[in-house]
Amino acid sequence: MLNLIVRRVAIAIPTLLIILVISFLLMHAAPGGPFTSEKPLSPQVLANIEAKYGLDQPIHKQMFNYTVGILTEFDFGPSFKYKDRTVNEIIAQGFPVTMTYGVWSFIIAVFFGVPLGLIAALRQNTRTDYFAVSFSIAASVLPNFVMAPLLILVFTLWLGLLPGGGWNDGSWQNLVLPVIALSTSYTAELTRLTRASLLEVLRSNYIRTARAKGLPELKVILRHALKPAMLPVITYLGPMFVGLITGSFIIDSIFSTGGMGYFFVNSALNRDYSVMLGITLLVGGLVVLFNLIVDLAYGWLDPQIRY
Amino acid sequence: MKYCMKAILLAAAMGWSSSLLLAAGTHPTTGEALTDDQIFTYVTIDEHTSVDPQIVEDVAGAAIVRDLFEGLYNQDADGNLVPGVALSHATNADKTVYTFTLRNSARWSDGRKVTAGDFEYAWKRLADPETASSYQWFMGVMNIKNADDVMSGDIPVSELGVKALTDTTLEVTLASSMSYFPLTTTHGSTFPSPQWAIKAHGANWVKPEHIVSNGAYVLTKHVPNETLVRERNPMYWNDANTIMEKVVIKIVNDENVALTRYLAGEFDKTGVPTGQFARMQTQYPEEVYSNPTLCTYYYNLNMGKHGPEALKDKRVRQALSYAIDRDIIVENILQAGQFPAYTFTPDATAGFTVPEVAVAVITQAERDTKAAELLSAAGYGKDNPLSIEILYNTSEGHKKIAIAISQMWKQKLGVEASMQNQEWKTFLTTRGEGNYEVARGGWCGDYNEASTFLDLVNTNSGYNDSKFSNEEVDQLLADSKTSDNPQPNYTRIEEIVADEAPLISIYHYTSAMFLKLSVKGWPHENVEGNWYSRNLYKVAE
Amino acid sequence: MAGWIRKSGIKLMIDLKAKKNFNFYNFELAPDDEMKGRSLWVDARIRYARNKMATICLFILILICIFSIFGNLFAAYSIEEIDWAILGMTLEKGYPSFETGHYFGTDEMGRDLYARVVQGSRISLSVGFIGAIISTFVGTMYGAISGYIGGRLDGLMMRIVDILIAIPFMFILILFLVVFGRSILMIFVGIALFSWLGMARVARGQTMTLKNKEFIEAAQAIGVSQFTIVIRHIVPNLLGIVIVYGSLMIPGFIMAESFISFLGLGVQEPNTSWGALISEGAGTMTYGTFWQLAFPLSFFTVTMFCFYFIGDGLRDAFDPKDR
Repeated sequence: MLNLIVRRVAIAIPTLLIILVISFLLMHAAPGGPFTSEKPLSPQVLANIEAKYGLDQPIHKQMFNYTVGILTEFDFGPSFKYKDRTVNEIIAQGFPVTMTYGVWSFIIAVFFGVPLGLIAALRQNTRTDYFAVSFSIAASVLPNFVMAPLLILVFTLWLGLLPGGGWNDGSWQNLVLPVIALSTSYTAELTRLTRASLLEVLRSNYIRTARAKGLPELKVILRHALKPAMLPVITYLGPMFVGLITGSFIIDSIFSTGGMGYFFVNSALNRDYSVMLGITLLVGGLVVLFNLIVDLAYGWLDPQIRY
Repeated sequence: MKYCMKAILLAAAMGWSSSLLLAAGTHPTTGEALTDDQIFTYVTIDEHTSVDPQIVEDVAGAAIVRDLFEGLYNQDADGNLVPGVALSHATNADKTVYTFTLRNSARWSDGRKVTAGDFEYAWKRLADPETASSYQWFMGVMNIKNADDVMSGDIPVSELGVKALTDTTLEVTLASSMSYFPLTTTHGSTFPSPQWAIKAHGANWVKPEHIVSNGAYVLTKHVPNETLVRERNPMYWNDANTIMEKVVIKIVNDENVALTRYLAGEFDKTGVPTGQFARMQTQYPEEVYSNPTLCTYYYNLNMGKHGPEALKDKRVRQALSYAIDRDIIVENILQAGQFPAYTFTPDATAGFTVPEVAVAVITQAERDTKAAELLSAAGYGKDNPLSIEILYNTSEGHKKIAIAISQMWKQKLGVEASMQNQEWKTFLTTRGEGNYEVARGGWCGDYNEASTFLDLVNTNSGYNDSKFSNEEVDQLLADSKTSDNPQPNYTRIEEIVADEAPLISIYHYTSAMFLKLSVKGWPHENVEGNWYSRNLYKVAE
Repeated sequence: MAGWIRKSGIKLMIDLKAKKNFNFYNFELAPDDEMKGRSLWVDARIRYARNKMATICLFILILICIFSIFGNLFAAYSIEEIDWAILGMTLEKGYPSFETGHYFGTDEMGRDLYARVVQGSRISLSVGFIGAIISTFVGTMYGAISGYIGGRLDGLMMRIVDILIAIPFMFILILFLVVFGRSILMIFVGIALFSWLGMARVARGQTMTLKNKEFIEAAQAIGVSQFTIVIRHIVPNLLGIVIVYGSLMIPGFIMAESFISFLGLGVQEPNTSWGALISEGAGTMTYGTFWQLAFPLSFFTVTMFCFYFIGDGLRDAFDPKDR
């Protein structure tokens, strides 16, 4: 176990470094810079600005300074576009938002998706099963950017029940629509996954043996089938969790939640170098962290795996 | 909306200190019955760049800055100058030195007096290379003495041509005579800034907890990319006449969603999505407005060294211009009352009369025939088709116009027109480097005078993306600066530009918006779109 | 998606074990490569055909493919032609109608939606298929080589995969399109660049179980070169799992393209894709022109639906244990 953790941490460092270098290079290769604007700045003014932000230095030096800033002071630098704010502030503001709706979506998806999948598998080829399967496929093929405006249309304009966006310090009314829009496709995916996984386990020899021994069905399922059936589900939950808490551009831009997903995409379009790097590193770090957690959970669930 | 009410009550409970007494009741001059909740909520599509007057660089941010700070002059509903911090100004004979007299009663939100020194500090701050403001160039527009050398760091900031003679006297020295100088003082970049607050808090001085401002409102809350709240400033010299208690921005990145939420009653003002104006006007005739603004939409034809050979031929450029049916673009695509443009400077510009150029006075059918003739005279036809690529930046509206124009050229002239869509920064770089054939452009006046438009065709203009160069135009422009009546020069320039067609003017913008019926005092006639929250008020239904 | 991947991997590992023994005996009886392969495929085909839903879906998908290839023969307009009579009056005149020849109505610009849906289908389906082909090819080769050679090289190659998988893919794709300009080719390259990672892991795992099999040992004993073993013996035996996995990835690629289009970084006008059409349609759905959303969205959802069932069907077809 400890061995695994050490190995993972050892690989996390080059991983994050490579992410940093790739993003840095791609970013600087992109045409235009943070200060390219419709009314082009005179070379003088541009030089002044670039000097202020250290963009006049050679790229490797910029990269070095940036890394040192992060390591020594945990300082990701100022935003080039939103000049009143630093990257730390943007993340400190945006991350809790995406974290909140992400965690809620995660909970909803797990609480609905997994049981629905289990029920569908236990009642395979019944009406319940068909409903679960068609729901899950329908829900996973409807793009978010269609669903989100649709929800606003129905719940805000027609029914007048909920606000069509905004965050309002995370009040529940503002959370409902983003969480529905975000969790639906994940719920669907979990339903399908759980169903397929349990079905497969139920067909396996040891379950057949258990049944043949005359164990009651409930016991067979709870004792023997459930745990192995959860393995692929757990594998899926890790990346899903990271995906959820790092935010969705679509959710942020349609529901105007002020979350990190919006800044993530927009920083690339605005060439807001520092914001872009800060968020990329944060997301990369989270991916590494949750992959580790998934592996640990896997070991706990499947005693055959030894590290 | 229930939740809306709740939010309002909550906000009221949470120490919303200003005088509620004035809000209820009637309007002091018109006598209209006012609602108790004087809160104005409007939508912006993107987060503002800054609320620092010398740093801000976007329209949404400028509107906030106009509320938080006050400059020498303000604009009234029609765009005329009215006293702000300055009461009046005097000028020397050749209009190179302006002396402003400031009012005694102006106060910062922390109670300090607003002095001429605050303006001197702010203007020097704008020009200072240390500040590294993207809006430094505005000092050049203002034509202030030594501005260029100060900006480049060649001479110290103290040499800038601005000086506080006393607390209430500000003297500005210009590099050369300029009659419209006072117009530039309504621009946010020229607003004063509090030196002591900036010193104390550095870049953080613009945070709600630190900011000190001298406008009718103070910043009380800011959640990036979600909301910004400003509330009335009791220290403002004219606070007694402010009616709107609180102004709230909600950022909604999607214009269609913004409209849906407006219709659900969440906002008082939002934009009209491209192409939906006509439909919306029939459905909500009383809430939809379309006001002329000082902006021109045009296509650059690249005449520079990277541009295609074909566009160096005047006949080709003319043909491309003639074949564009502006009426279709304005009436069938944009549908928001925009004005078809055959010349560059908008009609709405103060003191400017649009000249009648050749291309404007004939019918579209005649233009189409003419275009076909011109193009074949230039040697292009079925056997030798002209191929042209239109460059535009990602946006629903630009896309629609490019599609329509490419089809017009294709169908009328047999031009093989293709489209290239780039995201904003890439687009600016490509266009700036001159690596395009035809590129869209949009130009909004920095102040309300024709030179802000026509300077664009100056050979040395940094914004002359067509790389057009004409000695006569350059001379006419130079002469117009000092002329008492520059209109003949402007007319001649417009004629030359329409004939040479380095750029194709397509339409003059209007700003289309939804505004709740209860909101009054909006300056619909202000072509620069400069509105001040303190002039707004909400009437009872 | 990742769950599906690992899951199908685990599952197939089990049944391919059984299959490999089967292959081995065939090898002894009839050393003809062709013969040995065919019986497996026929077997899979029969099992696939027994799955009704998967068969129907395959049929529908073929119809959609035919539509995307030949559909424009029936279009009354090209994808870029503006119907000037409709432009600006889409709601009043641009509705679906056989009289005007706009079977699916028109878009906001008065262009024929039928022709555009045909074109959009073509682009979206090719993104799906080409993406799957590239990632399958690269992933399989990478995984097979890594798994077969093993040792340090394997460790290195797998660490590279670990690292790349932690990179936020969509973000890099956006940067990619920004740096190299937007084009359909860049979307292919960008998607392919990251999508092979999962496939490589699966292929490697499978190869590890294969490489100790007798038929590989036999090949090694008679002196077949490593490269030939990978190409001739390992890769063909990975095909089953690879096809299943590949078919499960296609909807993901189509989804990715639609997101890119939503950002406005998709294909250039006048070309279009399902994602671009849906995002345009979703923007105007409140204004009554529902057909602009309905037609592309139907094609999109039906296709995605079909791919899911086909993927399930394929997995069952290559998994004899279930029958």
